[in-house]
Amino acid sequence: MATLKEVKTKITAVKKTKQITKAMNMVATSKLRGAQQKMDAFRPYALKFADVLGSLAEKAGEEASPLLIPREEVKKIHVILCTSDRGLCGGFNSHLISKAEKFAKEKSEQSIEVVFTNFGKKGRNWCRKNGFLILGEHFGIVGAKFGFNIATVAGQGIVDGFLDEEYDEVYVIYSEFVSMGRQTPVIQQILPIQPIESVEKKAEDDQTPYLAEHICEPSTDELLGDMLPKNICVQLYSALLETSTSEHAARMTAMDNATKACNDIVQSLTLSYNKARQAGITADLMDIVGGAEALKG
Amino acid sequence: MAGNIRLEVVTPEASVVSEDAQIVVAPGTLGEFGVLIGHTPFLTTLKPGTLRYKDAKGVEKFVFISGGFAEALPDKVTILAESAERRRDIDIERVKKALKRAQERLASKKPDINYERARAALQRALYRIRLAETRR
Repeated sequence: MATLKEVKTKITAVKKTKQITKAMNMVATSKLRGAQQKMDAFRPYALKFADVLGSLAEKAGEEASPLLIPREEVKKIHVILCTSDRGLCGGFNSHLISKAEKFAKEKSEQSIEVVFTNFGKKGRNWCRKNGFLILGEHFGIVGAKFGFNIATVAGQGIVDGFLDEEYDEVYVIYSEFVSMGRQTPVIQQILPIQPIESVEKKAEDDQTPYLAEHICEPSTDELLGDMLPKNICVQLYSALLETSTSEHAARMTAMDNATKACNDIVQSLTLSYNKARQAGITADLMDIVGGAEALKG
Repeated sequence: MAGNIRLEVVTPEASVVSEDAQIVVAPGTLGEFGVLIGHTPFLTTLKPGTLRYKDAKGVEKFVFISGGFAEALPDKVTILAESAERRRDIDIERVKKALKRAQERLASKKPDINYERARAALQRALYRIRLAETRR
């Protein structure tokens, strides 16, 4: 049985931990709100962009842009891995990383070389440990404040690399924010751009083909050629936003659980503290009673 | 004039303008164009420059846009820009710093510089300053 003092120290320590986890929970909650607002602010742009792009793609030819054409032989792929910079957010990073690991393994088996660009330290550390080539690393973005220009710069670099045939396919691995309690890691191919279908279906529903009689200036193909690289930036930005929001949500849940666990531990420790104290008192009493009995005899 | 046309300027970070306008004039890549209500559906790219419009009361307003796309429909104009600022929101100090940075970068002639990007940054800064200085 632990001594009284040991138990007391332990209780104090757990209570301190609880203060920290509680504070982190609250910080994550407020940051989550900011991240969600940013996602909401981005939605109108993204929707409109997808609308216009989709209908343009329908009108334009297949060969409108080299970004649309799949390479005949895929030798090297570029994976953009979005993780957080910091831990203490439950299984958030390990889920993302295990997704990346599985994906990389699958590709390696087909003797395709996999290279990475990392947003977030956790992913970078993993890549380094496993000896993957790292093309670029960006820290202090996921989970922090960042603007669209980050995505523009990174996106441009990716498109350039693709056009220079440094790699043949580009994927993004990010965490989709499904709800407060659920964030799912997702792999999305961004280059070459997959044929855009959704609009076709929508046009059938609406009975009014969107953009049917638009005048385009310059030509449709040129417009498309201009928009497609931007689409990469839009997708990248949205992936970063989703990952940031997910990180905060994951941390919030993790810290909430930690706080609850602390409460449980404090409770059970207090119980054993009281038991030990009571045992001490009983032992003392026994001594006194025993001593008195002995004197009497 | 038959009425007002809805103008929406959206960027990835915020919706900058959302109001009714009598006329909208935007800097298309192939030249400036004006849009009134009942415009035929039209889609174009935009170059960095100034978007002008007259609001419902006839007050002329200016918005800087850093390039993007415009879609005109009979009752609505949507501008998708990477960044956009109303004239009164332009932070002149910041722009001047950006201008200086871009000039230095162009002047330094180091090999690792992305000239295109630096030149684009320079141009954006110049447009912003020009717009901000026509204030009053």
